[in-house]
Amino acid sequence: MPQTAVADSGTGIPLKELAARHGLHSAAALPSLPAYFREIWAYRHFITAYSAARITSSFGQTRLGTLWQVMTPILNAAVYYLIFGVLLNTKGGDVSNFIAYLCTGVFLFGFTQTVTQAGISSIHGNLGLIRALHFPRAALPISILLIELRNMTASMTVLFIIVLATGEPLTVEWLLVPLILACLATFNCGLALFGARLGSKLTDIRQLVPFFIRVWMYGSAVLYPVQRFTDHLHGWKLWLIEANPMLVYIELMRHSLMENVKLASPVSQLWIEAGVWAALMFSVGIVYFWRGEKGYGRG
Amino acid sequence: MADPTEERVPTVVVDDAHVVYKVHGSPASGTGSPIASLKRLVTRTKMANIREVHAIKGISFVAYKGEAIGLVGSNGSGKSTLLRAIAGLMPAERGAVYAAGQPSLLGVNAVLMNDLSGERNVMLGCLAMGMSPADAKAKVKEIVDFSGINERGEFSTMPMRTYSSGMAARLRFSISAAKKHDVLLIDEALATGDARFRRRSEQRIRDLRADAGTVFLVSHSDSTIRDTCERSIWLESGVIRADGPTEDVLKEYATFMSK
Repeated sequence: MPQTAVADSGTGIPLKELAARHGLHSAAALPSLPAYFREIWAYRHFITAYSAARITSSFGQTRLGTLWQVMTPILNAAVYYLIFGVLLNTKGGDVSNFIAYLCTGVFLFGFTQTVTQAGISSIHGNLGLIRALHFPRAALPISILLIELRNMTASMTVLFIIVLATGEPLTVEWLLVPLILACLATFNCGLALFGARLGSKLTDIRQLVPFFIRVWMYGSAVLYPVQRFTDHLHGWKLWLIEANPMLVYIELMRHSLMENVKLASPVSQLWIEAGVWAALMFSVGIVYFWRGEKGYGRG
Repeated sequence: MADPTEERVPTVVVDDAHVVYKVHGSPASGTGSPIASLKRLVTRTKMANIREVHAIKGISFVAYKGEAIGLVGSNGSGKSTLLRAIAGLMPAERGAVYAAGQPSLLGVNAVLMNDLSGERNVMLGCLAMGMSPADAKAKVKEIVDFSGINERGEFSTMPMRTYSSGMAARLRFSISAAKKHDVLLIDEALATGDARFRRRSEQRIRDLRADAGTVFLVSHSDSTIRDTCERSIWLESGVIRADGPTEDVLKEYATFMSK
């Protein structure tokens, strides 16, 4: 065993130089963005294992276990059927198949809603983990996205059944569904990353999120036909509604799954907006999150 | 015994590091009412429920390859925070911490999830340390065997919440010790196991050191420090009070504590 003398370097070299001479690097240095992407990629197995573990443990104490992943959207749809289909008997007007129209909006918006809410507390709620282990912190918001994406797959299966059961035909346009979901997932990934850093700095933001989400939901024509907006809004208000990314994704999904759906904007424009929003939100989210990478342990 | 004339290779250099972290919640009494909060906002005084803790106040030292360094000090003296700063988990506010490779902290609350089985936790822990899935799978049995949690029946397939605190601590230590680290930071994990496991883990630390790593050990047990470390650093309120051979430092520390 080596003899250890007193702590000082003994050689009189400044510590910074000593570190540089032996190739030691500062633990607090921010990696470049490409290096960060490589780091996240290297930890992909951890991210998937962690999300799978989170899903198992969230249903761990229930009897039905992961069956709840499918049960939750079915129950959701049943509630909306009860209220809008049976009690209010919503029919006709602008939308011929209101139940399918409604469920598409509710399920898609629910995906974004849960990712936003869970993303905001993904850093703050995992401080113990962050202060114990070294891994790219983006793994936490990304695993939130993966968890919700898995729940979304279950919801989509339920949605397909509802849409077919309410008399819509199976068309070629259904092939576009994965593409829409991919755009939405990319958008949500950026949202989770952005929210994660915001929520780690401003813990008060969590109290405001429910209000923000509610305004966003009413602006996305989830519970009523989009014509409620387009019929009487003009100018910047209409522009604001039409640019709403969630409205874009929900409209595209409705258009692909159902016949005779009136849209607020032409389909080609919707597709461009869907792509631009996904790319924009993801870039903003990842850059904003990456710049804070080294500070998350401070709380 | 290393040749004292041979140039020693530093693995961790801490250069006048200050660590500050924030604590949310736990407002002082009398500041909880909405009016008090509003008053704070208007008068722009500091938020009472966010407090800053200046845990490390300007520490400098160099650790060399093959050393095992014990960290001693009373509760709240900044030992755990110093380990986190070395691991890069809590960055230094001023000054700098340089390290070889990625120092790895054997913490008390790692990735482990209580609703999952021990085996799955081992797998998750290995992946979190950056192992490939194949390596991790190959290590699972070895880790479970080393931890000895299966000595009382098939505990490795049971959820972690059924484990005693000692068993959980043993499993966590075993996971961290499964990988070779350039710099291993251990935070009081050895105190939790029983006598047999403690002997085994001390042996494992010696093995890790033989692989030319550096080990930092935080412990309140003098005998653990004496058995594993020949150099010790005594921290008090975020500053170094003594740094040198374990016997001398522990003697000084004991005199201070008995006052």
